[in-house]
Amino acid sequence: MNLQYKKIIFYAAILLAGIFAPIVFPAYTFQFAVLWLMILFALTWDILGGQMGYNSLGNILFFGAGMYICTVVQIGMYYDVAEYTAHFGAVKIDFTPYQYFTGIAAGLVLAGIACLGLAVVFGWIVFGLRGPYFAIGTLGVAIAAGELVGAWDYVGGGGGISLPNYPGGPGDREMFFYMLCFISAVCTFIFLKWLYSTRFQLALNAIRDDEEKAEAMGIHTNRYKTIAWSFAAFFLGISGGIFGNMTGFIEPLEVAFPTVTFGIFMVLMVLLGGKGTLWGPVIGAIIFHVIKEITWIYLLGWQWVALGALIIINVVYFQQGIMGWAQEKWPELFGITVDEAFASAEENSPSEKEAVV
Amino acid sequence: MFDNLSLLGLVPMLNLQLLLDGLLIGSVFALAAYGLALVWGVMNIKNLAQGDFVIMGGYITYTLSQPPINLHPILSIPIIFVLMFVFGWGLYHTIIKRVIERDLFTSLLATFGLAIVIQQLINLAYGPDVQTAEAGMEIREFFGGEITIADTKLVSFLLALVVALLITFFMKKSRMGRAIRATSQNARAARIMGVDTDKVYAFTFSLNAAICGVAGVLISIIWVIQPFFGITHSIRSFVIVTSAGFGNLIGVILSALGLGTVEQFSGFIFGAEFQQATVVGLLVLVLIIRQIMQSRQRQVVQ
Amino acid sequence: MQSLNKIYFAGMVLILAASLSMPVQAKVVGNKIILGSAISFTGKYSSNGIHASNGYNLGVKRVNEMGGVKVGGKTYMLEVKYYDDESTPARGAQLAERLIKQDGIKYFLGPYSSGLTKAIAPVTEKYKIPMVEAEGASRSLFTQGYRYLFAVLSTSEQYLASAVGLAAVINKKNGKAPGDVKVAMAFENDPFSLDVRAGVVDDIKKHGLKIVVDDKLPRDLSDMTPTLRKAKALKADLLVVSGHSKGAATAGRQVIEMKVNIPMIAVTHCESSKLIKKFGAGVNGFLCPTQWAETLTYSGPHFGTAAEYDALFKASFDGYKNVPYQAAQASAAVLVWAEAFERANSFDTEALRDAIAATDMKTFYGNIRFSQAGNNIAKPMVLRQIQDGKLNVVAPPKWASHPVQWPR
Repeated sequence: MNLQYKKIIFYAAILLAGIFAPIVFPAYTFQFAVLWLMILFALTWDILGGQMGYNSLGNILFFGAGMYICTVVQIGMYYDVAEYTAHFGAVKIDFTPYQYFTGIAAGLVLAGIACLGLAVVFGWIVFGLRGPYFAIGTLGVAIAAGELVGAWDYVGGGGGISLPNYPGGPGDREMFFYMLCFISAVCTFIFLKWLYSTRFQLALNAIRDDEEKAEAMGIHTNRYKTIAWSFAAFFLGISGGIFGNMTGFIEPLEVAFPTVTFGIFMVLMVLLGGKGTLWGPVIGAIIFHVIKEITWIYLLGWQWVALGALIIINVVYFQQGIMGWAQEKWPELFGITVDEAFASAEENSPSEKEAVV
Repeated sequence: MFDNLSLLGLVPMLNLQLLLDGLLIGSVFALAAYGLALVWGVMNIKNLAQGDFVIMGGYITYTLSQPPINLHPILSIPIIFVLMFVFGWGLYHTIIKRVIERDLFTSLLATFGLAIVIQQLINLAYGPDVQTAEAGMEIREFFGGEITIADTKLVSFLLALVVALLITFFMKKSRMGRAIRATSQNARAARIMGVDTDKVYAFTFSLNAAICGVAGVLISIIWVIQPFFGITHSIRSFVIVTSAGFGNLIGVILSALGLGTVEQFSGFIFGAEFQQATVVGLLVLVLIIRQIMQSRQRQVVQ
Repeated sequence: MQSLNKIYFAGMVLILAASLSMPVQAKVVGNKIILGSAISFTGKYSSNGIHASNGYNLGVKRVNEMGGVKVGGKTYMLEVKYYDDESTPARGAQLAERLIKQDGIKYFLGPYSSGLTKAIAPVTEKYKIPMVEAEGASRSLFTQGYRYLFAVLSTSEQYLASAVGLAAVINKKNGKAPGDVKVAMAFENDPFSLDVRAGVVDDIKKHGLKIVVDDKLPRDLSDMTPTLRKAKALKADLLVVSGHSKGAATAGRQVIEMKVNIPMIAVTHCESSKLIKKFGAGVNGFLCPTQWAETLTYSGPHFGTAAEYDALFKASFDGYKNVPYQAAQASAAVLVWAEAFERANSFDTEALRDAIAATDMKTFYGNIRFSQAGNNIAKPMVLRQIQDGKLNVVAPPKWASHPVQWPR
């Protein structure tokens, strides 16, 4: 009961911190909101990357798709989208509060569901690929999406779309979007926590460990892969819709499909925190985002070099991430038991690693 | 789109011109792609920083061609080759060596990080504007001005061909070349036979960097260079290597020429905004086709 | 036990976050008025972003040298707080929020590029913070009913209007019916260039010309060959290219290489792409729109004439052979603020907003008077042509110093 009690306090503390953070530190609300989104990014990437062993460089595809779908629905429910984009925002559209909120609600829901569908479609394209081909393939799909949306005049092409303005004062707007980000991140976490306690997770891990064997054991790997990606896509799509509204103006290559920024951050945060665990991505996201926000202002011009160096160092020297490192150091804390005899045998025999080329 | 197609029909010379443009630029793509094929085939490293090596080569050329050095770009090719070779050697020993043994995603991500570092450093040094290096060559006209070919493009084509031949020759005849081929076939066996695989890997990676540098020289005289253009060149190399397979220099050259031509034609027919999308689209397409081919044999693309 | 670890960790994170609470800076500190700006110091807009920040800095320096700004009987110096928006709109919007919420900035100078201004304007508008911007020309910024946005530069649809007009006039003189004048256009696929395109399309319709090529160039533009081949094959009479400096540089090189003998070529961003330096005689005849030229006869109390500003700028910053208009308009924006502070004689944002709206001043950059929507309606775009390696003003007639060379 002691452990259970502690767990409840812990979760309650986090929830309260999340709810009250913007009230206690109102100046940082926007940054906290982005922090929750980053946590969401990391969690969704880990479904495929950590649990399933499929490293996707193109998850940002759903972020952008969700953003555009939500925007089109929001505007399209009450106005003609084609006409709005044809004038590059030269036409002003007004939204009553009712229109705005129904628009956003419908937009987010549809974005999530549509991305679910997109994951199924794109899954068919990319899931025959493995390892690095999968990574490159997903990267290619994400870049292609950005380019094609940029050429699509209906959604404004390269000129982008300006989103409807929030009806209400700036303080309200911030809290509203903060809450949306917070709730989405928490929902994602709760969903994944549940998911990782089911057989689904075991199947995913089986695919990660040895896909051929898993297939031979009777697991319909394709089905599991597609479903896993759909889950990620659902949450990513919603996060895209929220972020688009927060930013107020979206365009394909910079805001919606930023493969080189958010797309890579996703991977980096999970690697930093530790792949394949539930809390690893969360910790990685928090550390990454906090450090980034503090240091970037002061590293003018060098922040991206530092980021690239961080990726290299993390990948080369610290691949297990923080959780992995913690698990190795204090395995008992995480409920992992190490077989003493096996461990010492491994240390004594010469390593076979160099033979694998 | 249909206007453009009909234009091609009305002016048949245009087809020839576009074809020539595509072939000439494709030869430069072939260079970078061959380097990637080498590294991939021998070391199983998927180098996402390939395009950035190319851009680096271009920027070194640019710097050398400015006062006070004022070196003609073509003459700077050997210098770039050596400089990039040394750079590749250094990179191998610091970073690449440690990722060879690991799983395949590691090499991809590590080289991606490398790409970001290179891009940003070049950006800090030179600024984000595009640069060009001038070779000051003539432009030839044929058929009364209907077909124009810049000498720079012809020279690049020839140079690319020469470099490719030199490298093939090197691979077939020299000791190191044979060592490289042996290592790519079976590294463990090669090691047993006394080949220093570490040195082979270092050499291969450095050779790749050097080839990319030369490609960069050519890009700087026929196109433009900019710190952030590297990723597109990387993707082009990947498309070419994925469709040609990596044993196969002829395949790489043909794929590269094909890619160049398809780019030109699609830019013409569909409009310039699709030129970029075509490259990425082809990548996805090639991967899909590969998948389908593999799935016929109940295999997957590994 | 594992939960305990997590509790400690969560606690650490919260403490870290709390330690980030820096004191909120007030807008006026001591005798300094602090203006805020998100500028592109890195990323693809960094060269122009730096030109703009140099312009802001020179403006601030000059105003302070001339005695600063008098409000309520006291003298204040100006200062600018910058953040790097990395040339991305999302970051720009975030930084604008940061400047307003965390740093307490109440007076804004604009970012570089229409895309970034489009992202930041809603933020400053929602917090009712006046922003005087100098680098966002998109006309869609002024149709949204923003009350707190003011731009000293001419809006995008005017960029190439003179070029199109010239094409119509010259071809008519040479006996060509307007409907036979063929225009080939290539615009980069980004907010600014597409806005310029919208203006060009309107002008072409107005004069009754014909569009034969309408290409959108990708962002990673290295090659315009297909577009130029089309334009050449269709024997266009006017070629228009707008793709920031890389569009200009690529166009310059490939037009020469492909011997594209189109009689009239108009390209934006000639100066920032260093066309003349790179391609010399090959680019003679190119028409280059500009917001400002040092040869124009504008003058004002702070910097004197345009030529004097030009000299001062070159003396203050290294490496400038030509002073780009981006810098000039940035300095002008600072002058607007300085003047507004004195006229409003207050720090209240509403009073300042009204004072800025009532601006009517002459400067080295041109006359500045804002329309209801906030854009400057008192200063025209001028068209220059590269003639013998020099940029000479050829249009509009009131400001022209040389006749147009046609065909080029």
